[in-house]
Amino acid sequence: MSVATPTIDSTAADDPVVGALKQRFGDQAILEQATLTGMPVLWVARDIVIEVLSFLRDMPEPFEMLYDLSAIDERLRGNRRGLPASDFTVFYQLLSIARNRDVMLKVALHEDDLALPTSVSIYPNANWYEREVWDMFGIDFRGHPHLTRILMPPTWNGHPLRKDHGARATEFDPYTLTVEGQDVEQEALKFKPEDWGMRRENADTEFMFLNLGPNHPSAHGAFRIILQLDGEEVVDCVPDIGYHHRGAEKMGERQSWHSYIPYTDRVDYTGGVMNNFPYILAVEKLAGIQVPERAQTIRIMMAEMFRITSHLLFLGTYLQDLGAMTPVFFTFTDRQKGYEVIEAITGFRMHPASFRIGGVTMDLPRGWETLVQGFLDWMPKRLREYERAMMENAIVRERTRHVAAFTTREALAWGVTGPNLRATGCDFDLRKKRPYGGYENFDFEVPLGSNGDVFDRGQLRIEEMRQSLRIIQQCVDHMPAGDYKADHPLTTPPPRDKMLQHIETLITHFLQVSWGPVLKPNESQQMIEATKGINSYYLTSDGNTMSYRTRIRTPSFPHLQQIPAVMRGGFVPDLIAHLGSIDFVMADVDR
Amino acid sequence: MSWLSPTIVASLIAMLQAVVILLGAVLLGAVMTVVERRLLGLWQDRYGPNRVGPFGSLQLIADMIKIFFKEDWIPPFADRTLFVLAPVIAMASLLLSFMIIPITPGWGVADLNIGLLFFLAMAGINVYAVLFGGWSSSNKYALIGAMRASAQTLSYEVFMGLALMGVVAMTGSFNMREIVNAQEGLWFVIPQFFGFCTFLIAGIAVTHRHPFDQPEAEQELADGYHIEYSSMKFGMFFIGEYVGMVLVSALIVTLFFGGWHGPLLPPIVWFALKTGAFLVFFVLLRASLPRPRYDRVMSFGWKFCLPLTLINLLVTGAVILIADPL
Repeated sequence: MSVATPTIDSTAADDPVVGALKQRFGDQAILEQATLTGMPVLWVARDIVIEVLSFLRDMPEPFEMLYDLSAIDERLRGNRRGLPASDFTVFYQLLSIARNRDVMLKVALHEDDLALPTSVSIYPNANWYEREVWDMFGIDFRGHPHLTRILMPPTWNGHPLRKDHGARATEFDPYTLTVEGQDVEQEALKFKPEDWGMRRENADTEFMFLNLGPNHPSAHGAFRIILQLDGEEVVDCVPDIGYHHRGAEKMGERQSWHSYIPYTDRVDYTGGVMNNFPYILAVEKLAGIQVPERAQTIRIMMAEMFRITSHLLFLGTYLQDLGAMTPVFFTFTDRQKGYEVIEAITGFRMHPASFRIGGVTMDLPRGWETLVQGFLDWMPKRLREYERAMMENAIVRERTRHVAAFTTREALAWGVTGPNLRATGCDFDLRKKRPYGGYENFDFEVPLGSNGDVFDRGQLRIEEMRQSLRIIQQCVDHMPAGDYKADHPLTTPPPRDKMLQHIETLITHFLQVSWGPVLKPNESQQMIEATKGINSYYLTSDGNTMSYRTRIRTPSFPHLQQIPAVMRGGFVPDLIAHLGSIDFVMADVDR
Repeated sequence: MSWLSPTIVASLIAMLQAVVILLGAVLLGAVMTVVERRLLGLWQDRYGPNRVGPFGSLQLIADMIKIFFKEDWIPPFADRTLFVLAPVIAMASLLLSFMIIPITPGWGVADLNIGLLFFLAMAGINVYAVLFGGWSSSNKYALIGAMRASAQTLSYEVFMGLALMGVVAMTGSFNMREIVNAQEGLWFVIPQFFGFCTFLIAGIAVTHRHPFDQPEAEQELADGYHIEYSSMKFGMFFIGEYVGMVLVSALIVTLFFGGWHGPLLPPIVWFALKTGAFLVFFVLLRASLPRPRYDRVMSFGWKFCLPLTLINLLVTGAVILIADPL
């Protein structure tokens, strides 16, 4: 299988970045940790972390994007193999487009002193990530402009991702809500402009604060954004998220490696098996499984089917947000045709959870080629029709051209990935740049935009659907023969025909289904080009049947954080157009 | 039977006609709500409401039952008087305008000398419905919707009146019957093509139909000025909008498409056919176009439509003067 399973030693010991860091900060300051993440993982002390971050951001071929920032509660972790003593570890993952490399910094913190300096001034998108870490772990970021809860309700007690916080409702007292309690909750949700350093009026205008959402037809889910309006002009806005938070990361610590798969489907609920992909690949790195080519090709085919259905949903709602009511019905018809294919192959429509550790659930059904080919023949003329009827429409162009535009530089600073990044002209598609799961075998192009505006984000996705169709066509034409599951002890569940014959496999089957497979202690990560941007799972195994920490980095989270930076000075209809063009679902933001 | 003098008979017939036209207008507005959904369904690759009665023909009755029995809720924070008044104005002002429309040579409510002016006055009053509704709801979305609606209606009424002046100049009268009779040879849509275009645009804008539905833009304002209304108060706004659509279609037919004139078929059929065609056109517009941004709508009105109407009026005046110097 294409995903290299690096040996422990191969994690770039003589990486130029590590060299440069050691040269600048001294050998003692940088401690390398060997992992399966495929990037240098470096422990640095709390007092130099800001300097290290600035150094990496400002070096030649810089690490311009803060890709992820979160933490791990290490207090119950058994296998730490000579790592620095730490109760809570905060990690920063940085991404460099020019180098096409990542680097991860880890900072050890002691339970009694959970604080470190904020990095908002270096990476603007650290703002929400640091709030999330504070919310989930109770780690203080000194100098943060607005360190409040972001996913949990403002009145919540405790920090959910700490190991001593309950995970299930049964671990808590039964929930009650008194009238006073309700008043307190409602008061807590009230928006107070002063808290955000906003003024209620200036010399000649009194601003209107408009509460858009969490129930609003164009908010695409339970998303709330408070607008500071001067007439219809958006002076400033504050996105408020967390209404869709389900604790997907916490659930990862309570489910076996195998039984967590269906939970991933629901993270980006329009992406289906696309969500299984990074998780499964990361687990397979931990397990050291090579997946047969047939399984790889089935996975890619289904992932691309879901990219198309997700983009079709995007296209319909995007145009509907521009006031065109008809296209959404047409795209839903197309989507239905896609789901018929998906259902025939995986058994389910929206959330098939059909990837397995070591392969997929089942082999392709008889007659699958005809079904898929039917879909492939149907789509191109429909895509042309959408372009002719809508993307070439003068009103659509007027509503979208040069609206909510941002440059590649801004996009990278805010952590924007996926089609929204490529719409700015930045050629960064993981399927090409870091092929995973077999993408290196396929011939396709990466469509790029130029203006990074609402129009480009829409047009680009139509082009991406064409490329996905190309990939699926290649799957149909060249589907390899062979197994749909790897012959490996950790393949879960093991191949059934073998299970019925060999007692060894039967025992393994029993253990894996009742307890779950046990993975060796290590850390792994896999990034993929998901429907909405780069999605990754960063898994920490402590040698158990369950993950010790599951970090899900989703693309929509930073995309929403960027909204105020783009929308200041725009009009309310522009904001709606921008919301439509981001392509987010709240489940993907809040997890 | 001496009290049954011809005058009384005539006025009884006139009253009966008025009632029939009133009911006809309201009913047509109501039927349009269903027809629109069926047509949208047709154009959008789906069925539309087809469950109640044969081909969904009784859907209207189901809707009426629903809307009559819904709770008629007035928000505690609303200004009650204006809140109640607004839908009444919305419905009444448009219905009153039907008074001036001559349907056939023998049918029509009033034969006013100032026919057209009366319609323009009523369209002006209609703004108050939206303004009152939006303001009295004490809801920010309703307020923004009302602001948009008032600004838009005011701007578009300016040239709506002017667009019709070409027709008036060619007929030499504001009286609707005389306007229709003047078109016996040539429909005004040909000499007054630009007048027709601008009036059509203004008509759509004044009735807040897509693509000029910024005041209620669902995606932005979640229904705008009538967001707080329920039950029949909402129903009156809703039916009012469709009555407005019927009214504008009927006006276009009367003013530019020769009213009841047409070969072979009886006048009433011609009038109905032409009006129906425009109603379908209104629905088709909604099915096919995205919504332009609110400020673009305003600048389109002031910077394009208004100059066009002025030029049209100027040219019409010049041609009339050249052809027939006083």
